[in-house]
Amino acid sequence: MNEDLLLDVRNLQTYFYTPKGVVKAVDRVSFNLHRGEVLGIVGESGGGKSVTGFSLLRLIEYPGRIVGGEVIFKGVDLLKKSEQYMRSLRGKEISMVFQDPMTSLNPVYTVGNQLEESLILHQDLTKEQRKRRCIELLTMVGIPNPEKRLKDYPHQFSGGMRQRVIIAIALASKPDLIIADEPTTALDVTIQAQILKLMKKLSEETGSALILITHDLAVISELTDRVNVMYCGNLVETGHTKAVIQNPAHPYTEGLLRSIPDIADTKPRLEPIPGIVPNMYELPQGCKFSDRCKYCQSVCREQEPPLLEVGRGRKVLCFFPLWKEE
Amino acid sequence: MMLQRIAESDFFYHYRRSATAIVSSFLLFFIVFVALLGPLLTPQDPYALSNLHLANAYKPPAWLPGGELRFLLGTDQQGRDILSAIVYGSRVSLFIALLGVLLSSTLGILIGLLAGYVGGRLEAAIMRFADIQLSFPSMLIALFLMTTFGRSVVNIIITLTLIGWVRYARIVRGETLSVRKKEYIEASRVIGYSDIHIMFREVLPNVLNSVIVLSTIQIGTFILLEATLSFLGLGVPATKPTLGMLCSEGFSVLYSGLWWVSFFPGLYIVFIVFAINLFGDFLRDQLNPRLR
Repeated sequence: MNEDLLLDVRNLQTYFYTPKGVVKAVDRVSFNLHRGEVLGIVGESGGGKSVTGFSLLRLIEYPGRIVGGEVIFKGVDLLKKSEQYMRSLRGKEISMVFQDPMTSLNPVYTVGNQLEESLILHQDLTKEQRKRRCIELLTMVGIPNPEKRLKDYPHQFSGGMRQRVIIAIALASKPDLIIADEPTTALDVTIQAQILKLMKKLSEETGSALILITHDLAVISELTDRVNVMYCGNLVETGHTKAVIQNPAHPYTEGLLRSIPDIADTKPRLEPIPGIVPNMYELPQGCKFSDRCKYCQSVCREQEPPLLEVGRGRKVLCFFPLWKEE
Repeated sequence: MMLQRIAESDFFYHYRRSATAIVSSFLLFFIVFVALLGPLLTPQDPYALSNLHLANAYKPPAWLPGGELRFLLGTDQQGRDILSAIVYGSRVSLFIALLGVLLSSTLGILIGLLAGYVGGRLEAAIMRFADIQLSFPSMLIALFLMTTFGRSVVNIIITLTLIGWVRYARIVRGETLSVRKKEYIEASRVIGYSDIHIMFREVLPNVLNSVIVLSTIQIGTFILLEATLSFLGLGVPATKPTLGMLCSEGFSVLYSGLWWVSFFPGLYIVFIVFAINLFGDFLRDQLNPRLR
């Protein structure tokens, strides 16, 4: 077994059993992650990115359920473990950073209090050690005057500062994996860059692997080593970020890339992907992207496309990949 | 340190600038002070039968002809000093109302948290039951319970608890539903907290504001409810007269011109409830940011 392999997800299936029907939010998704690696998950809203993240921690709420697959973290299949085991793992070995820093901190406790919570839960430290560690963590995420700020309440922090605190909480127990679910979507553009750089820097320093969930391809290209593109619960393309962005193999990836405005104006005009994300209750037969795909052929509407290996570490869910390694 | 934090808080800032708040808290302070130190202040111990002389019966208040200074607010049919009886009666009334609020809020919070956090069928069952109970007038339920269990201080507190929990449960459940969706609750699950911890340490502090506001209103309501029950002869036993019981005792002679026996205890009930509601209003304005 590969020592370096941190997480191996195989055929993960998370379905939501709603009164209107079954929604396959994550459908047979497989990917893996090495220690210290930064993986991006990108796609439109409703593509199953966040559900994938929550599935890894087994925090899927009713009516959702993980119905199949394996989530092998450090050689252990998390889907076979008890809830108690998962609780001891959450926040300690896998932690998470959320989208909205405004609501991710409990307004009734001080920041120091909330930082300490995770330390109390997962580490055996004395009160004095915990305080020192809290100050150390706040310093790490670049909060000035940490000793004093520990006693402040969340409403006394700005959005960017709160996100730093949340990152500090996520890092508190030196996890091996951090899942960041759109960590910068709710922040100002200038702050976004700071926070992303900070996350990248900290994951390099601490050796934590990072899964970055976002719909922002610029963020993906800037920060990640590899990228998973998701569409309607399927993993449609995966590969090294540079390769995927230079030579997208799936029509959806190509569409995503073409719809980014370019400040240098090298593209004649924006090309949005036509149509909208299909209703998850009435997915088209065959390839789920077929209705919006300009390369669509009759076979795409009849059969589900295969996951083709088109290069080293490069897979694409398509009958007619746009790119293939020579 | 603690004092300094209070002095610097928003709450204190608004408190100092609100006439209602200052006046009502002084009234409340007075009421609590009288109730706590009552036995030391009153001219007479109304429970000691040896102090009572029938010769002193139905003395009018001191400023009316025939009144005596030692019976400032007059006496009742047993020659009991009304002022002393009010002070002693307020002790029992407040004790019952406060304990009733404490127990009903505890019960209501537990049930409401459970319903709001767990959801599903449990929630539906609890809330339908609450709806049914709320559709009965609370007086009717109180009459039913008191006639079934009999008159005693314990029974009246149980009755108040069984009546009062519903409002707490509804409010707490509603707030829990909205707090539960917040990301900090998700975040504490991600850190690895158990559901029990999340319910009591993360959700509960965020719903307490409404509970506090409701409690002030409930204290007033409970004092009135207890007074009404006592007035109807279904409240506390006669050996521990509450304010409502005092009113009831004077009622029979009200039309004989002996108005003071009922009037002053009744006035004190109004005074207490007024002070509590006034303070409750201020709290509601302060603790509910939507109303600011």
